[in-house]
Amino acid sequence: MSQYVLRRLLIAIPSLLGISVVLFVVLALAPGDPFSELATNPNVPPEVQAALRAKFGLDDPIHLRYLHWLNAMLHGDWGFSFVSRMDVDTLILQRLPATLYVIGSAQILALLIAIPVGVYAATKPYSLFDQIANTLAFVGFSLPTFFTGILFILIFSVTLDWLPFVYTTDIKATGIRWMLEMIRQAIMPVAVLGLFQAASMTRFVRSAMLDVIRLDYVTTARAKGLGQATVIVKHVMRNAMIPVVTLIALQMPAVFGGAIVTEQIFRIPGIGSLLISSILSNDTPVVMAVTFVFACLVVLFNLIADVLYGWLDPRISLR
Amino acid sequence: MLDKELRSMIGQVKDGRMDRRAFIKRLAAVGLTAPLANQILALGGVAMAEGPSVYKPTKRGGGGALKLLWWQGPTLLNPHFATGTKDQDGSRLFYEPLACWDPDGNMKLVLASEIPSTQNGLLAADGKSVTWKLKPGVKWHDGKPFSADDVVFTWEYIIDPATAAVTVATYRDITVEKVDDLTVRLTFKKPTPFWADAFVGATGQILPKHLFAEYKGSKSREAPNNLAPVGTGPYKFIEFKPGDLIRGEINKDYHMPNRPYFDTLEMKGGGDAVSAARAVIQTGEYDFGWNIQVEDDVLLRLEKGGKGKTIYAVGGDTEFIALNFTDPNTEVDGEKSSMKTKHPLFSDPAVRKAMSLLVDRDSIKKAIYGRAGRTTANFLNGPEKFVSKNTSWEFSIEKASKILDDAGWKPGADGIREKDGKKLKLLYQTSINGPRQKTQAIVKQACQKAGIDVELKSVVASVFFSSDVANPDTYAKFYADIEMFQIPMSQPDPAQHMRRYHSSNVATKENKWQGTNFPRFVNKDYDAAIDAADGEMDPVKRVALYIKANDILFQETVFIPAQHRLKVEAASNTLRPVISGWANETDNLFDWYREE
Repeated sequence: MSQYVLRRLLIAIPSLLGISVVLFVVLALAPGDPFSELATNPNVPPEVQAALRAKFGLDDPIHLRYLHWLNAMLHGDWGFSFVSRMDVDTLILQRLPATLYVIGSAQILALLIAIPVGVYAATKPYSLFDQIANTLAFVGFSLPTFFTGILFILIFSVTLDWLPFVYTTDIKATGIRWMLEMIRQAIMPVAVLGLFQAASMTRFVRSAMLDVIRLDYVTTARAKGLGQATVIVKHVMRNAMIPVVTLIALQMPAVFGGAIVTEQIFRIPGIGSLLISSILSNDTPVVMAVTFVFACLVVLFNLIADVLYGWLDPRISLR
Repeated sequence: MLDKELRSMIGQVKDGRMDRRAFIKRLAAVGLTAPLANQILALGGVAMAEGPSVYKPTKRGGGGALKLLWWQGPTLLNPHFATGTKDQDGSRLFYEPLACWDPDGNMKLVLASEIPSTQNGLLAADGKSVTWKLKPGVKWHDGKPFSADDVVFTWEYIIDPATAAVTVATYRDITVEKVDDLTVRLTFKKPTPFWADAFVGATGQILPKHLFAEYKGSKSREAPNNLAPVGTGPYKFIEFKPGDLIRGEINKDYHMPNRPYFDTLEMKGGGDAVSAARAVIQTGEYDFGWNIQVEDDVLLRLEKGGKGKTIYAVGGDTEFIALNFTDPNTEVDGEKSSMKTKHPLFSDPAVRKAMSLLVDRDSIKKAIYGRAGRTTANFLNGPEKFVSKNTSWEFSIEKASKILDDAGWKPGADGIREKDGKKLKLLYQTSINGPRQKTQAIVKQACQKAGIDVELKSVVASVFFSSDVANPDTYAKFYADIEMFQIPMSQPDPAQHMRRYHSSNVATKENKWQGTNFPRFVNKDYDAAIDAADGEMDPVKRVALYIKANDILFQETVFIPAQHRLKVEAASNTLRPVISGWANETDNLFDWYREE
């Protein structure tokens, strides 16, 4: 087992290096220039732009720039933002709490809805409950978040005036009131993201359950006289959860990565909105750092999912 | 004639026979009001006056929180590194210049105590130096006194090439020296009619010497205060999260009486213009929304029974269609749109004239810009006194067709006009931006009716406006027949704006397309007018020269102005913001207050 993990980690190194090369080259070849906004300003002479490019090493050949970046990254230096003139890691750490709070809550909400609904629907396939759950799930994942987000804003902020739609990290309250405000402002984004996730996850849980529920050992368990609840929870669910765990594990990087569209709509200062604004302003060090962190997380959670398989189903051996 | 009349009027103001307000009214009557109207008086020997103050509160503070919404949040807080106006706006909350511009383009004193004029002896008669007196007793937010040393240091900091300050153009041709602790003198290399550039407005923000002295030149990016400003402004800095949030609190030692009004300040970033408009106008979550470039019918709908309204400020920003004078389809020495070529279609003035008749500015205003636009025939639309009255525009497909017919451009079998085997087919490029694509459609439709085939192209803004030498789609390369965008006018003076089209500034491969004259327009009379205006100290002659330059651009149809655009902001019904079309939104923040 530990040997397996070690081997996987070793394999991860070349793949991460490969990913970083591809990311770096793509970003370097992409059109645009972090200082392009200066070019349209008649006040700024072209020499300034040239001096800035030289100062931030943008004129070096691409392989040198990559080696600089790699060397710095190995020393724990994530880079220096062109646009904000501060260290990229500070910038990312500033954005992390909001993302973890909102996207994490949305994932939990999605799980809280998807697992009970999916399981219950699978125990009574094609019943009225199943039909309704299915229909809602289809509606849910057919509606994009930018649509439901704006719909929610129109209903709950504009018409009913119940909830704020600008997320603020600077709530002027303490204690319980602060908690309540934090919850209040997160209701809409969490609901938008959570319901969207829940919709597809419900379908997934249901079909995973249906695959297992018809197997012979379930009939055996029932024949032994075990109650419905025990059969479903102890016998069916444990086996049906393997694919669900994969799905959840692979979605974890997304929790850190934020939800670009939803963060933009509700002005949540998360990683997703940092990424999009950095892309728009060609702030390559930030884009590079954020995407590279994603890559690491994807590799890491793939590994975790593989390890979890072995724990959930001892028949799967890790060699 | 105008010259004489103006001179006698200036004489009357000087003798006290005519009051200043009457003078400005008379100027308005002959089309000469606006920001520089006051500078005419300054140069004519009468001091420039401060604009009237509209500030009503009678005590400092007590106004609660001011919540500003900038849908592009500031990403850094050093004004001399600002990559866009958003960063200048953010810095301006805390840092201050010597003076700024009010909504009418009048100068407003901030850290200076007196407006320089030839009468008070602070402005040299030859226009080669100006002396600023500083307000005594001003303190930085950390308690250290503000003095002439800070002003001189700010200049040294900016002109150091290793600092790579974006404001260097304003400062590199001047010399700044300390006369005494509260006096600085700026010396210019040549007569400078517009002397109010350095240390005025957004680019004039003064840095504290005691915090930046160690971080001049190549160490500039390491300065901790790049992200934590210590200024002299009405609000003190608390917290900054790039792109997301700036927080500030009242400066109880502020140097202007009864100001500021608000106790705390918050500038939130992110999102988009439409939802920013909604948060201010419809739900009232925020007090002020910046740069609300949203279609007018959307704004009108939001305003119905809402909690806020839109406000407009007039500046000199012109959305224009530029015509290429060189051939974008022929390559000479590896360069398209080369100066060695002539545009095959636009070298015929009739075609250019016809094009300007085919831009339906009324429809563009009605369908797109609404209250945020004005139709115009001029390229130069401000300050008011520089605006030519000799021009006019018209939309007429019939007239355009007639001009083309007369010039020998006859419709071919496919309905597209042609002459000597050359077809009237144009490539029309602009940046990706809702209003621009709609304008393209309106122009294309009219051209089609007149027998001109127009192909539309839109380029991502980050590419279109970049200076990337390798990219063929930049506005400066201009590998198209016509292109549309706007160049913001950042100060109430046309010198910088008009000099761009001097023939010495043509964008070519040789200068890596960094020349500012992208239409590659070459005209001796234009060059002469610009050169003469640059050193002209007589304000009246100077106005005449710029009007002449504008009229040449009009007669030659170098630009077809699609719209004169106004600044659009959203404000809650109770907020009384002071917004100038000639300055950043936060330039007059000290005068903002709330009225129930």
